[in-house]
Amino acid sequence: MTSPAKQKLVIVGNGMAPGRMLEHLLEAAPERFEITIFNAEPRVNYDRIMLSPVLSGEKAYEDIVIHDDAWYEGHGIRLLKGARVTGIDRSAKTVTAADGTVAAYDKLVVATGSGPIVIPVPGHKLPGVVAYRDLDDVEAMLAAAGKGGHAVVIGGGLLGLEAAAGLKMRGMEVTVLHLMGHLMERQLDPAAGYLLERSMEARGIRIITRANTHAIVGESHVEAVRLDDDTEIPADLVVMAVGIRPAAELAREAGIEAGRGVLVDDAMLTSDPDILAIGECVEHRGICYGLVAPLYEMAKVAAKTLIGEEAAYGGSVTATKLKVTGVDLYSAGDFAEAEGREEIVLRDAAAGVYKRLVLESNRIIGVVLYGETADGPWFFDLLKKGTDVTELRDTLIFGQAYQGGAQLDPMAAVAALPDDAEICGCNGISKGTIVKAIREKGLTALAEVRAHTKASASCGTCTGLVEQLMQLTLGDAYSKSAVEPVCGCTDLGHDDVRRLIVAKELKSIPALMQELEWRSSGGCAKCRPALNYYLLATWPEEYRDDGQSRFVNERVHANIQKNGLYSVVPRMWGGLTNPTELRAIADVADKFAIPMVKMTGGQRVDLVGVKKEDLPAIWADLSKVGLVSGHAYGKALRTVKTCVGSTWCRFGTQDAMGLGIKLEKSLWGSWTPAKVKLAVSGCPRNCSESTCKDVGIICVDSGYEIHYAGAAGLDIKGTEVLCHAKTEEETVEIVAALIQLYREQGRYLERIYKWAKRVGEESIKEAVVDDLDKRRALVERFAISQKHAQDDPWAARARGADAHEFAPLYDFAKLEAAE
Amino acid sequence: MTKHDMSWVEIGQLTDIPKQGSRVVRTPRGDLAVFRSIDDEVFALWDRCPHKGGPLSQGIVHGRNVTCPLHNWVINLEDGTVQGPDEGCARGVAVRLEGGRILIDGAALAGNAA
Ligand code: SRM
Ligand SMILES: Cc1cc2nc3c(=O)[nH]c(=O)nc-3n(C[C@H](O)[C@H](O)[C@H](O)COP(=O)(O)OP(=O)(O)OC[C@H]3O[C@@H](n4cnc5c(N)ncnc54)[C@H](O)[C@@H]3O)c2cc1C
Ligand code: SF4
Ligand code: FES
Repeated sequence: MTSPAKQKLVIVGNGMAPGRMLEHLLEAAPERFEITIFNAEPRVNYDRIMLSPVLSGEKAYEDIVIHDDAWYEGHGIRLLKGARVTGIDRSAKTVTAADGTVAAYDKLVVATGSGPIVIPVPGHKLPGVVAYRDLDDVEAMLAAAGKGGHAVVIGGGLLGLEAAAGLKMRGMEVTVLHLMGHLMERQLDPAAGYLLERSMEARGIRIITRANTHAIVGESHVEAVRLDDDTEIPADLVVMAVGIRPAAELAREAGIEAGRGVLVDDAMLTSDPDILAIGECVEHRGICYGLVAPLYEMAKVAAKTLIGEEAAYGGSVTATKLKVTGVDLYSAGDFAEAEGREEIVLRDAAAGVYKRLVLESNRIIGVVLYGETADGPWFFDLLKKGTDVTELRDTLIFGQAYQGGAQLDPMAAVAALPDDAEICGCNGISKGTIVKAIREKGLTALAEVRAHTKASASCGTCTGLVEQLMQLTLGDAYSKSAVEPVCGCTDLGHDDVRRLIVAKELKSIPALMQELEWRSSGGCAKCRPALNYYLLATWPEEYRDDGQSRFVNERVHANIQKNGLYSVVPRMWGGLTNPTELRAIADVADKFAIPMVKMTGGQRVDLVGVKKEDLPAIWADLSKVGLVSGHAYGKALRTVKTCVGSTWCRFGTQDAMGLGIKLEKSLWGSWTPAKVKLAVSGCPRNCSESTCKDVGIICVDSGYEIHYAGAAGLDIKGTEVLCHAKTEEETVEIVAALIQLYREQGRYLERIYKWAKRVGEESIKEAVVDDLDKRRALVERFAISQKHAQDDPWAARARGADAHEFAPLYDFAKLEAAE
Repeated sequence: MTKHDMSWVEIGQLTDIPKQGSRVVRTPRGDLAVFRSIDDEVFALWDRCPHKGGPLSQGIVHGRNVTCPLHNWVINLEDGTVQGPDEGCARGVAVRLEGGRILIDGAALAGNAA
């Protein structure tokens, strides 16, 4: 709502700097401004530095969104997406966008970031040449990577190497061309550059240094890159990552003073007192920054300046970490050789470790760490404070844990850090701030610490340190399970594993354990069933089920009981049976002397107390009348309970039994993260208890109400309404899409109601109900998977599959009897 | 217990048991579970969990351990000890591989019931 008292704040650019500024501003003065943001990108604010994990497949775009639409709406902010500002009129105090939108301001913040430098060699405009700056670039790269082929990355700096590693993980042949003598020459010395080169080559990326690009060759699309020495390197994709240039043109053209970037003072004000500038587009005391830590400090200062508080930004020293999984690299400060500088170097070739400190007047001024970077923050702290290290010199290079004879224990090292030591470089969060938040707010999970302090919430490389702080502060109260690794064999969580299976195309359990560095040989009883499910769900056509990684019930397709006997529950579609089936069940019970026949809570019959070796013969008899496995033992579709519906009931509105059978026929056989139970009730009286099922249908006059996410086991929870469907066909389609989405996103053993709570009902509704294309795609993937799953396991075993499961290896009793 | 002389009896081939799996051998003293690890080592324990008698042969084999199918106790295959916070010990029988053949100590199968 517009209130006359509010000042108009307009922001140009919606990147990481203004996003952070808004957080500070809304906290300090939520009602002060009426805010309008112009963003040339057609989307909300996301964590740009995490584009590399999106490219490599380790994260999804949804994971890196910082502020979603609801956030802007909730704060009454007008965000104009896809609106590039083309002019600032300082006398009228308005800005104008390319689409003609005009907005008046009292205060204006310029946060246009920077743009990629494109070297204007012949062919640089050919299709297939991309930069690396935003999500569109990543999508362009992914589209190219989908076709395989060769990628050439021009530029061996931070961005170029992250792009190269990502494209390699996506299956392309990758060559990096670097103009200088060694990689990342601005952050690394030649020795570390060499180690980095070797480890990039070890992952199959070709590196050519001193490579001067002469031309990009191709007719209608890139075909190759030609170097000065006429070498041609084939290319289906060229990524230019040679550097960035502050986007200062807009401000410059409006008559705001600019050098390389928009000039600002310590309060982040430009030469026009109503206009501020922050982020990569600015030049402050002669420096333009290209990392987020300084921008976040600018953001804090700008927020204060806007509400009239005094604040000053004094410039930053920055540290860099490369975000390529498996490469540990840290650098900070200045490490050029110069008069009066000394250095301390440690090399351990076998371990692939290289460390170098540059000292001037007994103070650290530069740090390069390769292979072992845990001490980075400690060195950086000494560097920033200008601590005199004369006393420590002899052992300095061995790191913090070595000082004072303390043990080489990472916990001890973190414990010894001073309170003001910086833990999260991106957000400038100190140890003291984190510890205080954990204590005062009673935080116990990593996600909470992230939410309250922002520590580890940007690039994530300090996650280990933050966890160690949690451990130190909470002691035994902090169980790492708060971050939920799959099990003790790995630090990766379920979602990480699922993504890496796709990204690295892992198609067997041994390959997965090798690639993801499982700590145990052959996993454990907790991870193997989960991995088996994830692989099966991801590669339904290719993966070969690993019976040894299944819990006994799913391995032998019956339910083990307290005395080692088994139960057998045939499927009764929609809870219906007939005399032939009942007769077959009775015959089997007699023939195999089964001690008990019981009705289950799921509308079917249970044969209880069966000997394992009798199972195949029992299944053979049941198969003869068409009875198939009811999967009462599986993380799979269990039952679809129905009521008599309009066929018999005086209140029934639809054919509940008919729909129940259709649903059961569509879903049976599919493996799911946890068991799935359905019910269909013929009217809202709900006699089949649809409103506490994983998926429940309530028939009404106008069609079918689809419910889901109910629970009635360990937890009790009524269902949520997903949507209303008009026909049976539509209902079956929506339910199949829902189940497939759950199969793709659910963590092993996570029932639907827990999954829905975790990912949010909105996102489920969007994919399954609102977006027809997504729904169809889900249904299609489900159909492919079902082609391989709807094969009755009982019939297969009655025919002899897995015979070793049901017969002893050797029988001394028989032998003796024979003798 | 007194020591007895061993008499090796062949009960089958290594390949009769799936890797990371187990098969049962029926004996006068009850069922014996014979395990094959991922590294093709073989082990033999009586098929009764020290907790409540669960059939260890039906558990998931991982490393040199098996997880009991009934309540998830983890039992070491080499010496039968229960791992982790739980306590107890499953008893075993000597077993060895000769070429691809699995041999167990036949003398341990006779005598007093386990
Ligand atoms: C046979 C049956 C009881 C009966 O005699 O009626 C049964 C038997 C078992 N249930 Fe159940 N549940 C049976 C209906 C239910 C129901 C009612 C229903 O389906 O309408 C529920 C509540 C709804 C639900 O699923 O949440 C139910 C909630 C559970 C739970 C709690 C699940 C949860 O996430 O909250 C477990 C434990 C688990 O799965 O981890 C469980 C586990 C078990 C197991 C499989 C225990 C085990 O892991 O060995 C029992 C096997 C006993 C045996 O000797 O075979 N059973 N169980 C029912 C089989 C239904 C069928 O036809 O397939
Ligand atoms: C792939 C990649 C990896 C990175 N990794 C790291 C890292 O590990 N650590 C680190 O510290 N930093 C990293 N960075 C740098 C970091 O992302 C930037 O420093 C930061 O995003 C800059 O924030 P900003 O708000 O100044 O600008 P940006 O985030 O670039 O935002 C500027 C926004 O303004 C929009 N815009 C521009 N002009 C206009 C206009 N005229 N009208 C409207 N909108 C406009 C742009 O479209 C853009 O959305 C990385 C960058 C990239 C691209
Ligand atoms: S409620 Fe279910 S799990 Fe519990 S004893 Fe009965 S059948 Fe077993
Ligand atoms: S009987 Fe084995 S764990 Fe309980």
